[in-house]
Amino acid sequence: MTRLLDVRDLRVAFRTRDGVADAVGGVSYAVDAGRTLAVLGESGSGKSVTAQAIMGILDSPPAFVTGGKVFFQGRDLLTLSREERRRVRGAKMAMIFQDALSALNPVIPVGAQLAEMYQVHRGMSRRDARARAVELMDRVRIPAAAARAGDYPHQFSGGMRQRVMIAMAIALEPELIIADEPTTALDVTVQAQVMDLLAELRREYAMGLILITHDLGVVADVADTIAVMYAGRIVETAPVRDLYRRPAHPYTRGLLDSIPRVDQRGGELYAIKGLPPSPLALPAGCPFNPRCPRARDICRTDRPPLYEVSDSGATDAGAQGRASACHFWKEELHGLDPLDPLGAAGTVGPLGG
Amino acid sequence: MPEPCEPLQPCEARSDTSSDRPVDLAATGTATLQSGPRSRPWRRRPLPRLRWRAAAPRPATGGPVPGNRGLWSDAWHDLRRNPVFLLSALVILFLVTIAVWPQLIADGNPYQGNLAKAQDGPAPGHPFGFDLQGRDVYTRTVYGARASITVGICATAGAALLGSVLGGLAGFFGGWWDALLSRIADVFFGIPILLGGLVFLSVVTSGSVWPVVGFIVLLGWPQISRIARGAVVTVRQQDYVLAARTLGAGNGRMLLRHIAPNAVAPVIVVATIALGTYIALEATLSFLGVGLKPPTVSWGIDISSASTQIRNAPHMLLWPAAALSITVLAFIMLGDAVRDAIDPKLR
Repeated sequence: MTRLLDVRDLRVAFRTRDGVADAVGGVSYAVDAGRTLAVLGESGSGKSVTAQAIMGILDSPPAFVTGGKVFFQGRDLLTLSREERRRVRGAKMAMIFQDALSALNPVIPVGAQLAEMYQVHRGMSRRDARARAVELMDRVRIPAAAARAGDYPHQFSGGMRQRVMIAMAIALEPELIIADEPTTALDVTVQAQVMDLLAELRREYAMGLILITHDLGVVADVADTIAVMYAGRIVETAPVRDLYRRPAHPYTRGLLDSIPRVDQRGGELYAIKGLPPSPLALPAGCPFNPRCPRARDICRTDRPPLYEVSDSGATDAGAQGRASACHFWKEELHGLDPLDPLGAAGTVGPLGG
Repeated sequence: MPEPCEPLQPCEARSDTSSDRPVDLAATGTATLQSGPRSRPWRRRPLPRLRWRAAAPRPATGGPVPGNRGLWSDAWHDLRRNPVFLLSALVILFLVTIAVWPQLIADGNPYQGNLAKAQDGPAPGHPFGFDLQGRDVYTRTVYGARASITVGICATAGAALLGSVLGGLAGFFGGWWDALLSRIADVFFGIPILLGGLVFLSVVTSGSVWPVVGFIVLLGWPQISRIARGAVVTVRQQDYVLAARTLGAGNGRMLLRHIAPNAVAPVIVVATIALGTYIALEATLSFLGVGLKPPTVSWGIDISSASTQIRNAPHMLLWPAAALSITVLAFIMLGDAVRDAIDPKLR
């Protein structure tokens, strides 16, 4: 079965004055229809740039796709002409941005912006398009949609704006939606509503969803698979439950350990030491080695490939899709007491500090 | 059009009792933002004004609330209450009217002179007196508006059109096209306007306004194109342009629908102010004898011919000069008012 989106060894470089920065250094991931892939990573880990490369909206110069393939419904998007790619955007794949206020045109009423989608892509009359726009606003549960269609983006609240943004993305019922930190600009209660809406729409339309985020809490309920990115590479991919239960990469472990938890009060919150490396000067060996509490000599010299993680003790049948870019993934995976998976704080692993 | 005051109360009441229902919560958020000061803090009027507005009975429907509509209706709302704008707009309206129909207020003939009355002062039926040729200064001043207004409006329209198209394309596409265009604009910027006028226009024999309009457009577009380029570069980087791209918009649609409406404000402001200076420039060129040429009636020409007689017949100079000053002032004041309304941050 061909997958909805299959990214293989995608590389994106930024040509800057200080040299060539490898923002994305060979990323591979895949999404199936109706499934959600969460791409997790710090700022600057290349998760947004990967998404932009998939959408074909990289700002070039300075950014260039330097290698890899992006198969969408079996077609390699990178080989399509500019015009063909433009026709894919919006109709087949759409994107949701972090800040809906700046992602909506401030001088056009939201109803007209939504209607534009139908007028341009479907050639609908203005009247029909307006009617569809109101339906769509209703669909994303904007109260009094018909009355609000004439309002401008700044007249909506943050959550409502993000709903408009989502409505715009699903307008043409695309097969794939990329949501780039869709809830980061919202407050927590609204975050949950927006995530629920996204999940619901994804189920209903059987869309593939790529959820880009740096918030581990957001993805836990929604995602099927998680890809953790670090310094422009994927360091671990796993089904969501396995990743939370038994991470196979020290970076993932560090991320999980730095989530504040109700049952661990009083102590100092764990933090991964140091800063992510500059993409202009990636360290030799594993890019995470300067910050890794369990780094050894081999980590400083040899870059670990993405090892396939096979674990006979895995509870989930979907565990086959696991991979980790750590030389010591086995130790990481088994480093925790299986009976108390979240008990050990991870700072003291089997290999010592 | 939904007015925020009406739906606000029920929403608030509901959220108190059932705040756990997500849809209600969201609805409250909408209503609060609509009417709260967060909607556009920088566009808010100062406090005394607000109080005055609150005291005044507000129309039930369709009443424009500051900061509640788009940029243009906000600007229009500000403009209508700006005395500077109203005054200058009235003056300009009057000037345009007499430029089109000078017979409305002057029934004489601006070309007909009576040498016997040359340089005579005001007389009954001739309130501004007579010029060197014995022509009625009042009639000539009224007829002179046509040349000034025509040159001002046509030159501004031309420069704004040319400048914003070239500058907008340069800003949008960037790269070598931008570099080339910016250098060409620099070249035209480097031409001193009076020297350029003396050189270019001295070879023109036509007395019509078009060579002058053409010359002003030629030297005026770089100013507009720089502004337009800057505005487009700023707008192009906005997320909504990127969003339009992710939704499959082509270049033309992005430029016309998403970038141009958001980038046009500074161009309008600069163009309106430039209009006044273009009128002054036409008068200057005509004064120097390279702009409009007789028999075209122009304030610049009349000022020029009167300037030699300033000691014995100052009225010949006074009236066309006053008309010119008022016209230029009116356009510059209008430009200022428009700028204030469109971009309150510049205040």
